[in-house]
Parts: sequence; structure tokens; C-alpha cells
Amino acid sequence: MGLRNKGGGRRRTKALVPAALAAGLAVIAAGCVPGTDGSGAVEGGGAGGTGGLPDPAKAGNVTLTVWDQEVRGGTNAELEQLNKEFQEKYPNVKIKRVSRSFDDLKTTLKLALSGNRPPDVVQANQGYPDMVAFVEAGLLMPLDNYAGLYDWNTRYPSTLLNLNRVSADGKQFGTGRLYGISQTGEFIGVYYNKEKLADAGIEPPKTWKEFTDSLATLKEEGELPIQFGNLDQWPAIHNFGVLQDQHGAAEARDTVLGRGDGFDNAYTKDAAAEMADWIDKGYLPKDANGRGYDDSYKQFADGEGGYLIAGTWLQADLKKPMGDNLGVMAPPPATEGGNPTTTGGQGLSWSVTSKSAHPEVAAAYLDFITDEHAADVMTENGVLPAVPGKAADEVDPDSPDGQMIATWKRLNADDGLVPYLDYATPTFYDTTSAALQDLIAGKTSPDGFAKKLQDDYGPFMEKQRGDGAGTEPAGS
Amino acid sequence: MKSLTAGYGRRAPGEPRAVGYLYVLPALVIYALFLLVPFGQSVWLSFLHWDGLTRATSAGFSNYSDIFTDPSLRAPFGHALVLLIFYSALPVCIGLLLAAAMSRIRVRGMTFFRTVLFLPQVLAMVVVGVAWQSILAPDGLLNDVLRGVGLDSLARPWLGDYDWALPAVGIVGTWVMTGLCLVLFLAGAQRIPKELYEAARLDGAGAFREFFAVTLPALRAEIAVALTLTIVAGLRNFDLIYVMTSGGPGEATSVPAYEVYHRAFELNQVGSAAAVGVALTVLIFTLTVTVSRLVEGRRS
Repeated sequence: MGLRNKGGGRRRTKALVPAALAAGLAVIAAGCVPGTDGSGAVEGGGAGGTGGLPDPAKAGNVTLTVWDQEVRGGTNAELEQLNKEFQEKYPNVKIKRVSRSFDDLKTTLKLALSGNRPPDVVQANQGYPDMVAFVEAGLLMPLDNYAGLYDWNTRYPSTLLNLNRVSADGKQFGTGRLYGISQTGEFIGVYYNKEKLADAGIEPPKTWKEFTDSLATLKEEGELPIQFGNLDQWPAIHNFGVLQDQHGAAEARDTVLGRGDGFDNAYTKDAAAEMADWIDKGYLPKDANGRGYDDSYKQFADGEGGYLIAGTWLQADLKKPMGDNLGVMAPPPATEGGNPTTTGGQGLSWSVTSKSAHPEVAAAYLDFITDEHAADVMTENGVLPAVPGKAADEVDPDSPDGQMIATWKRLNADDGLVPYLDYATPTFYDTTSAALQDLIAGKTSPDGFAKKLQDDYGPFMEKQRGDGAGTEPAGS
Repeated sequence: MKSLTAGYGRRAPGEPRAVGYLYVLPALVIYALFLLVPFGQSVWLSFLHWDGLTRATSAGFSNYSDIFTDPSLRAPFGHALVLLIFYSALPVCIGLLLAAAMSRIRVRGMTFFRTVLFLPQVLAMVVVGVAWQSILAPDGLLNDVLRGVGLDSLARPWLGDYDWALPAVGIVGTWVMTGLCLVLFLAGAQRIPKELYEAARLDGAGAFREFFAVTLPALRAEIAVALTLTIVAGLRNFDLIYVMTSGGPGEATSVPAYEVYHRAFELNQVGSAAAVGVALTVLIFTLTVTVSRLVEGRRS
């Protein structure tokens, strides 16, 4: 599916080093103007008060510059088609698309946004290091008025919409004004090899207990129960997230969004203990820290391992070699038929820049690439839309894509999604990934692990509250 | 104040003249534009707290004092010094050994071996990193070989092992750098007059004595060049770490150059990143000046 990267708990692609270095020089060269005070921020949503939808056809000749990172197969095809259709619908609008890999976008976007002629539409990564920082510097335009005009508030489940919100003072994530909308959905699923499970006499598990029992069975059969590679450091965040959600999904969600009790608590320690136990028992490979992420999922696709706990962005790559032998489900709930929970969210946010000369056209574009027709185009290209449309109903429910869509709908209906843990603080990606590698290597105890997380989270939250943020009512 | 023409008159022919500066000016302008000015900006940034977007605030020397007090910043410099053993000391020693052996024994197909040993230098580091990552993987070539000869107890996930990840990355550096050193030393050894070896042999020197009395002193300049090149390459090592371990497991293989990228782009701590960069520059400069003084015997 879409491409994922480390930033928001997403998959990180190894972008070309020279690009990063060049961008590095550029940042240093740009140092002669260190920063703005956010005075360029635009108040309101631009189109407020006029009533009725803005009509891009009446905007005259417009060139809309769009920076995105949808460079992979399905998402690239889907977006190219939608761009073409948008330009056919509004011949006066020309879309100038600049697409680059996630890492390259991340390293250059900051400079592009702070320049005098930023792109009109950009894809911003949720969380403190990117989206919140951009908002604090006044570089993105709040879209609440457009959300009203285009009914985005009802189109999206509020859990998803909140992930694209930042408080008005640019301090708090997950609440406040809306700064973008997302095209695609994504969640950490439990992928399984249908043949492997059948060979071991295992039915796809319906409860967490059945799931853990099946791990023991697979181990006895001499199979690797869960394929897992953590050389890249971040993959464990997803596996741990799934475990933590089993022990306290609602609490974990509150913590990530800055209103929970943090990490020094029973459910975090229980999840850490369970993870260490899985390593001990050989449910997860002991040498996970030395195994590459790409290697591990390719091995799973080659038939090594019964399960793989991974994001839906891998589905296209898994489906190709495995075909219908691939199955996917949400992590099984504690009781049969219970509400499943897992780590997940949505693709990068599509946002409009403050300096864009055509905010109304940009907003119409955002609406166009996320509406019901767009959802169908995404489904046809094998991409999981954040809000599935009619085409999604026609996908074979037993196919991997059908299972993925059904699981996504269920997770949204039951409010079962917990945002990526590394949204919690600006440095949490580092803290969690290092602490998880320690936990996997047996260098730290579940207690020590929880403490290390809290040592990052606690002081940050104190500072946030000290700055007067976090006092707004949560959610919206 | 002397005028230029007056200066010309008094100088002997061949003496440096002020007009010489005019000739280096174009190069100097480019050097200043792309190196000195950005470096000056880095120095300036290193005294600021800046996230890259919002208004920067003054940081005084805190970004620098953090390098000494913050363990997560001190560790990368420690790792870099350990890597110097692998990037610099080992390749120079191995290169000398091979060069000495090759200058004594006539090897058939010498050009072939020289090319093979030099080849890693030609490869892009990213390619080297990806290739070695698969060799060092838990079920990669190295572990397969170890298990094949019954040394199962030695097989381990090299890049995921807290104690072995840094040496594992280091060995890759040795592999890359040895060829460079060898080629430098072989070229140098060809310049040594045969008479010196003959004289040494007539005086009854064995292979060992010959190496220390003739080869080593004669290669002094080449050793200095090799040390300088390998030290610089070792300290600014970024690509291998980025591709192979991203500084992990934990922080076991983080190095200053990676830390600069990490802080500037992933943590939005531009000031701290600049301070690490400046400190790294100072370290490289100090080490290379020391090498040119001690080894090459150059006095300023």
C-alpha cells in the first residue's frame, strides 16, 4: 500500500545519501535567516463567511504546486489519475506535481515552506517534529472553514481527523484546529500464512488467547511463529504497540495525545513483559535486532514464519508472491467478537500552505483527492482509502484486500485505532526504538523500559503544561 | 606602505610576487563561497537554539558544553575514535605488511591483485553498506561459513549485537581502506632505489631488518598521506552507519556525522547539530595536523 516511513511510526526508506547531504548544506546555507516568529500565519480558513462552495473554475488561470511523497506503485498511479481528472474538470488549473521519497521530502520541505514562494499543497507528517513545528512557525493554513464547507467533519471519523489537528498556539498535537486531511488509511495488522497455519492444524485465531496458543503450536512444529526484523530500530514500535493496545488501548491513546498517565504503569510493563517473554520462548526470533525489516518481510513472503505483525503498507509487496495464501486480520481481541484494537492511523496529511495564493483551489483539490470517487480510484489501485467508498464493497471479502478493508472498517467503527507511539513527544521515536532494542536484547527489564519511556514523556508534558498548552479541552 | 611596482623592482627573479594572489583568486572565491561561508554560518548556528523554523534564541556555549556532558553526544565521539582503529590503524598496518611482502616476492598477475584490492575504493559506500549488511545478517554469509566449519558458538546477529556491531561496521571500513593504503605504499616502494636494498642485504639484514631500516623510512610521506586520508574518512563516516545500522542497536554505533544529520533533520535541533559538526571539524583538523607534524615531519 502507500509508502511508510519512520517519521510517524512509519516505514523509513533508505533515501539516497547525497540528497540528504545536499539538503544538509542547504539548511546550513539558509541559516542567514534563522527562523520566523510565526507572524506569517493566516487566521481563519480564508473562505469563511462567503457561504457556498468556492468554484475553482472561476479562479482564472492557476498553477497549483503540489509536493507529495506518493512515489510507489499503487499510490502513485492513483494520484496521477486523480490529478489528471482534476485538471480535466477544471481546465484553467494546472497541477505542478513534485514527488519525492519520504526522506527526501522530509529533509527539503522545511526549507521550501519557509521560503518566499512555498508550494501550495504539501504532504506533512503528523506529530511534533514536522506538522506541529510547521504550525508553530505559521507555515500551514487552518482548514476548519473548508472542513465545514466540504463536510470533511462528517466524512472522516473524528479519531482520524484529530490526528491532523494542532492547537492554535502550535504546541499541542491531536486537538485544536484542522491543518490537513489524509487520503489513505493504515493499520498494523496480523498477517498470516494460510498454508502454514493449516499445516500446523491452526484456525485463524479469534481471541488473543487462541493467538498466543497458536504461537506455541507453531514453535512446537519447528516453525518460526512470528517473523520479525528490528535492525532498523523502528519496527519494534509497531509490534510493541499491538501488545500495549491489548493491555490498555484507551489509556495508550490518551497518553500519546498528551492527556494520559504516561508510561510508568502496569499496562506498559505488562506489554513489555509479554514481548520479552515472546523473545524468550522463541515466538519472535532472538536475533531480531540483527535482522533487516525488508529482509524479514521478504522471508515471510517466502514462507518463513507463520505470522507477521506489520503495517498495511506492506500488503502490496506481500500479496505479489503470496497471492491468496496471504491473510490479514486485526490483532484478535481478548474475547471472541470483542472490539479489536491496534496501532494505526492514516497517511500523511495533505495541507495548504499559508502563503498559497490560491487557497480555495487548493482546498477544492484536497476535497477532490479524498472524496468518494477518489476512494474508489484508490481501491482500484489496491490502496486502502481512509474512508472506503462503493468500490470497496465489491472487493472479494476473502481476498487479502477484502480482509484489509473489512478490518479497517471494523477498527474505525469500534474506535479501535491507537496512534503511533512516537507521536507522543518530539524525541519519542528515538527513545522508544532504543528502549525496545534494549528490551529485545534483554539489556533492560520491563520496569526499566517503562521508566525510560516515562523519563522522556514526563518532562515533555510538564514543559507543555508550563507553556500553557494542553489546557484546551481534548478532542473536538 | 609599498606600492606593488616598487615591490617588483627589489625582488630577485623567481621570488613570489603579490600578483600571484590574483591567480589563486578564482579558486579562493569558489572555496570561500561553498566552504568558508557555510562553515562560518555553521559556527554561528552552533551558538543558537534553533528548530529550523521558528525564531532562534541564543544558546551561548551550551551546545558545546552538551557535547561533554550529554552521554548521548559524548558516546558518538568515543565510537568515532574506536572506528579510527579500523579505518586508519589497521589498513595502514596491513597495507605496509602487504607492500613489504609484495616488494620482496615477485607475484604473478600483480596488476590483477592490485585492482581487486583497490576495488572497494571505487564502489559507492551505500553499495558497500548494503552488501555487507547481507553478509553480516543473522543467516548471512559470515554466519553460514562459521556454522559450516562448526563454529556455531561464534555465529551471532553481528549488526544487532551490542558488543559486536561497532567492530562489525569497523571491519567494513578496514576492507574499504586497505586497498587505498596498499596502492599508495606500492607506488612509494617502487621509488625506493634498489641499491638501498642491495646495500642492506650486503650488510646482512634479514627481511625484518630490511623493512624497518629501508622500506618504512622511505615510505614516511606515503604513510602520512594514507593516515590523513583514512582518518578523515573514518571520522566523517556517515553513509555506512546510515545504511547499515542507523546508529543502533540502542546507540551502539552512533557517530558524530550521523548525529549531525539526525539532530538537524529528525530532531529539529539545528544548533546542536551545527555544534557537533564544528566539533568534528576541529577534531579532524587537530588529528591531521598532528599526523603531518609527527609522521611526515613537517614543521609550519
